[in-house]
Amino acid sequence: MTIREDGQNLRDTGLGEIELDHRLSATWSTPSGLWGALSSVDHKIIGRRYIVTAFVFLALGGLLAMAMRLQLSQPEARFIGPDRYNQIFTMHGTNMMFLFAVPVMEAMAVYLVPLMVGTRNIAFPRLNAFSYWMYLAGGLLLWIAFAVDTGPDIGWFAYVPLSGPQYAAGKRADIWAQMITFTEVSALAVAVEIVVTVFKQRAPGMSLDRIPLFVWSMLVTSFLIILAMPAIMIASSTLILDRLVGTHFFNPAEGGDVLLWQHLFWFFGHPEVYIIFLPAVGMVSTIVATFTRRPVFGYLAMVMALVATGVLAFGLWVHHMFVAGLPRLGESFFTASSMAIAIPAGLQIFCWLATMWAGRPVFRTPFLFVIGFMVIFVIGGMTGVMVASVPFDTQVHDTYFVVAHFHYVLVGGAVFPLLGAIYYWFPKITGRMMSETLGRWVFGLIFTGFNLTFFPMHILGLQGMPRRIYTYQPEMPWSGLNMFVSLSAVILAAGFLLFFIDAIRSSATGATAPANPWGASTLEWATSSPPPPYNFARLPVVGSLEPLSNNPETLPVASGLSVDRRELIVSSVVEALPEARESSPDNSIWPLWSALATTVLLIWSIFTPWAVVWGSIPVSIALIGWFWPKGTPEDDA
Amino acid sequence: MRTARILQLSIIAAVAGCSGNQSALDPQGAPAIHVEHLIIGITVICAAVWLLVMIVLGWALLRKRPSDSSQPGERSLTISVGSAVAATVIIITGLTIASFYTTRGIGLPENAALTITVRGQQWWWQVNYADPDPALSFQTANEIHIPVGQDVRVQLESADVVHSFWVPSLAGKQDLVPGRSNSLLLRAERPGIYRGQCAEFCGLQHTHMAMMVVADKPADYERWIAAQRQNGVMPTDPDAVAGKVAFLSKPCAACHTVRGTPATGTTGPDLTHIGSRKTIAAGLLETTRGSLAAWIADPQTLKPGNNMPMVPLTSVELRDISAYMESLK
Amino acid sequence: MFGDINDAKWSFLATFLLVVAGAAFLGWAQQPRELRTDPPLVADLDRFRLMSNSIGGSPPESYFAEGKPYESDAYNLSQGQRLYTWFGCQSCHGDGRGNVGPSFLDGWWLYGPEMVSIVASIRDGRPHGMPAFRDRMTIEQIWQLAGYVQTIGAYSTKVAATGRRDDRHTRPAENRAPAKILFNEGPVGAHPDQGPSP
Repeated sequence: MTIREDGQNLRDTGLGEIELDHRLSATWSTPSGLWGALSSVDHKIIGRRYIVTAFVFLALGGLLAMAMRLQLSQPEARFIGPDRYNQIFTMHGTNMMFLFAVPVMEAMAVYLVPLMVGTRNIAFPRLNAFSYWMYLAGGLLLWIAFAVDTGPDIGWFAYVPLSGPQYAAGKRADIWAQMITFTEVSALAVAVEIVVTVFKQRAPGMSLDRIPLFVWSMLVTSFLIILAMPAIMIASSTLILDRLVGTHFFNPAEGGDVLLWQHLFWFFGHPEVYIIFLPAVGMVSTIVATFTRRPVFGYLAMVMALVATGVLAFGLWVHHMFVAGLPRLGESFFTASSMAIAIPAGLQIFCWLATMWAGRPVFRTPFLFVIGFMVIFVIGGMTGVMVASVPFDTQVHDTYFVVAHFHYVLVGGAVFPLLGAIYYWFPKITGRMMSETLGRWVFGLIFTGFNLTFFPMHILGLQGMPRRIYTYQPEMPWSGLNMFVSLSAVILAAGFLLFFIDAIRSSATGATAPANPWGASTLEWATSSPPPPYNFARLPVVGSLEPLSNNPETLPVASGLSVDRRELIVSSVVEALPEARESSPDNSIWPLWSALATTVLLIWSIFTPWAVVWGSIPVSIALIGWFWPKGTPEDDA
Repeated sequence: MRTARILQLSIIAAVAGCSGNQSALDPQGAPAIHVEHLIIGITVICAAVWLLVMIVLGWALLRKRPSDSSQPGERSLTISVGSAVAATVIIITGLTIASFYTTRGIGLPENAALTITVRGQQWWWQVNYADPDPALSFQTANEIHIPVGQDVRVQLESADVVHSFWVPSLAGKQDLVPGRSNSLLLRAERPGIYRGQCAEFCGLQHTHMAMMVVADKPADYERWIAAQRQNGVMPTDPDAVAGKVAFLSKPCAACHTVRGTPATGTTGPDLTHIGSRKTIAAGLLETTRGSLAAWIADPQTLKPGNNMPMVPLTSVELRDISAYMESLK
Repeated sequence: MFGDINDAKWSFLATFLLVVAGAAFLGWAQQPRELRTDPPLVADLDRFRLMSNSIGGSPPESYFAEGKPYESDAYNLSQGQRLYTWFGCQSCHGDGRGNVGPSFLDGWWLYGPEMVSIVASIRDGRPHGMPAFRDRMTIEQIWQLAGYVQTIGAYSTKVAATGRRDDRHTRPAENRAPAKILFNEGPVGAHPDQGPSP
């Protein structure tokens, strides 16, 4: 193929490495300066922002948890009053679920999925930028509201009528409901990007059976988001309508139904758990494969288990409502379905065990976190089986037993793999290694602190301590264990503090990382650490599930892409046969303006419904600016 | 086993004083006993499974690897994983069936001997003992008496937000949902005081929304019922007489009822026999003249956000009203 | 993550500083929800001055110092809404449109729409059947109730106004300024049985 020097359609074919790097950098890099930062659409920059922001929210949520443990360390303590305490536990739950757990998993996917499938940017990169700004705005709305004593005080589940117009005075509940809208918009945007990236932008040859397990798990997660989020969208919108314009969706006196809220909320709320857990499963599979020096046993079974978990996730929301007074026969069905989800989860555990047995484990920090995950998550799964049983649940529902259970599932099942994943992918993201010594200390402190903090809560729950109480009376037999739990929480907090110190320190002064420090086999390790703005100088061609371990020296690549405009390969869904050269959008400031306009509309609408009318004008202007044809191929994309 | 239980009970009673025990692990009624058996059964099985998984995990990680780099057969791994999944299915099925049978065991019988209506309010429990003869019906608050060894049906309603009725030693919990009516089987096998607490977050004072279930021997129960049906006693103690006057002339009477007096307010708990109840303010304090005075003097410090206002009283009025309250046996 | 690339630091700092700024700099603006008002402040609430014709007057100084909590604080307004039901205001004033007693929504305030007038009406009663609630409510409750009554009769919505009650819907919710909507339907006829207006 000839190289045309007219500057319009210069292809990479035949260009030397240095020339190629030079030209691709010019095309793909983000301009420096504030304006460049604000208009960037690079998935790596946005993904990194997302991850950092989510960890900031994790730290803030952790501070709230410590405040609660201080208050609960003694009976009838008066550190925090009931009004503030209710805000704190609502903020803790809302923050951890909506501002940390879901966004951080998506953030990892935003960063990693395009690299793992061997493409140059995520699909719909401007939507990606928009989703980050929306997420940031929603988080700031919630936290600033909390700072001025307007934080929601209705629980992260916001049950009506307590969150309804009569019982939730002021704007607190509206802020909760509107914050949901922000995170819904950003989560749905990312989910759509990931589905399209996985289906249409895989490297040539990466057929469905060669997709890395982390990418599979993010694909299933994205579908869960797309299917579950509309339920909470309806719920929060109808709640705002009830509160703001006087509708009666949840008012029994006018034919509304209180339980309708619970159904809508948990139809989202249960899949939410798997939206958080499934990405972690993908991380575990990736880390296990790398540190046992062999592929995960039972690839097909693992993928089937992921899909089965995703499907079953929508069939067990009622187990959150076992004591709401639903018909017993219906509840029994949900007992069976809740128990059944233990089967795909068990299958995954057994496959990892088989992998570890057959492989040659290397005990580095990421792998330690995976071992911690196995120990803790299996306990969480066992208590999950317990609360799936209706009679068992009538005794432990809304007690500290359940608090212990879901922390075992969410911290053990998601945060441990996530921390492992940070240690694992940190060199790829920053180009520097985290400290192995500190990493072992971090793991030891968090693992010990976590178990000492949360295991006694099982006992507290069985001893009759309900959730969401701001204190308890001295005559109740709970004070000893509560003090123990509060002290143990300090160990846990120390572990997280050390983690943050290690991360900040390593990002500045850590040892420089090579392209593939762990000897891993997936595509993100085929490029430098950190990757160049264009990810891959030439897009790789995949011939197996483990492209790097089968032929580490000579990874076949595709050529023929333009170097002076942003281009990537669109491939077929099943076989990943290359179909077309597709342009990828250029940097743009309009996603930021659109997010700001949407933010104004959403916050204003807490105060008057007319905001939806007048606020839509700046939103329209921003969207027109965003989509205005500028005549370049990047903008047509 | 039985002596251990009694010993355990007496220790708990000694520690807990009059507050009664509130633990799912100390069941004193048939429904709670059934559930406790299930709790112990599932916990033992799950603990065994966890232990097994941990042993396999440790072995998989630490086993001595053969020096040659030969990979173990995929076939034997498939068989192991397959049989582990099959074992999971069997265990899960067994637990599901056990759960179904326990559910049937704790269901509400067709006709219970006694029906009590409990109405949840922010943040106390209104208790109604209805009788076909309206003169024999009465209302009380935060304390439920039931006869030992009898099935009692508790009808659960809510006046405002969702609450949850939970007396762990007698039965599992059940929500009180506005606009719906739920019911629960309550049964105590031996006399005693069983503490319960609201289990569904219901606002500022969700924490201090407890109730006492007192299981009486049948004769005691009849005596209690007969006493509760009476109007509030006429005070004889001079302090209490003055207290009654103050009670009726101050805002107290606008929210509280004392049967047999002009006080007929329905916003707050019925006080006709408050002196006979174990606790005041929904399980917050033991009923003594001192705690009554403390509560009346400053309810917003003891239970911030509750709906009882701080009524300005002179110290004499405060002393008299607490004396009157205490005399309402 | 906390990369040495400018952009990562920028976003980290921006997020962190914005959150801290939100907490610190806006923190002073917070109006904490007072569940327990200090007894001296409550006692002061009784010491408002009323004009000799019992219409209008001035609240105690401390009321302004506290930021007019009974008119602008959502918690107090919603407590007032509860008191409206609990103390049987509906039996005479209905849902606010009046029945035996005058309407709050027809645009006519017999004694003016000021807080002190409403408080005085509730506390001391008024001729033609309005009972005195002095001995049935505490003064703080009376102020809460007065704030609510003023809200349902206001022509412009208060930001802190409560929403509707979970009850039968008989008029627009408080936060939609029912008085403004119903005023356009024309005033409710005078109450001839009420005697002459003051």
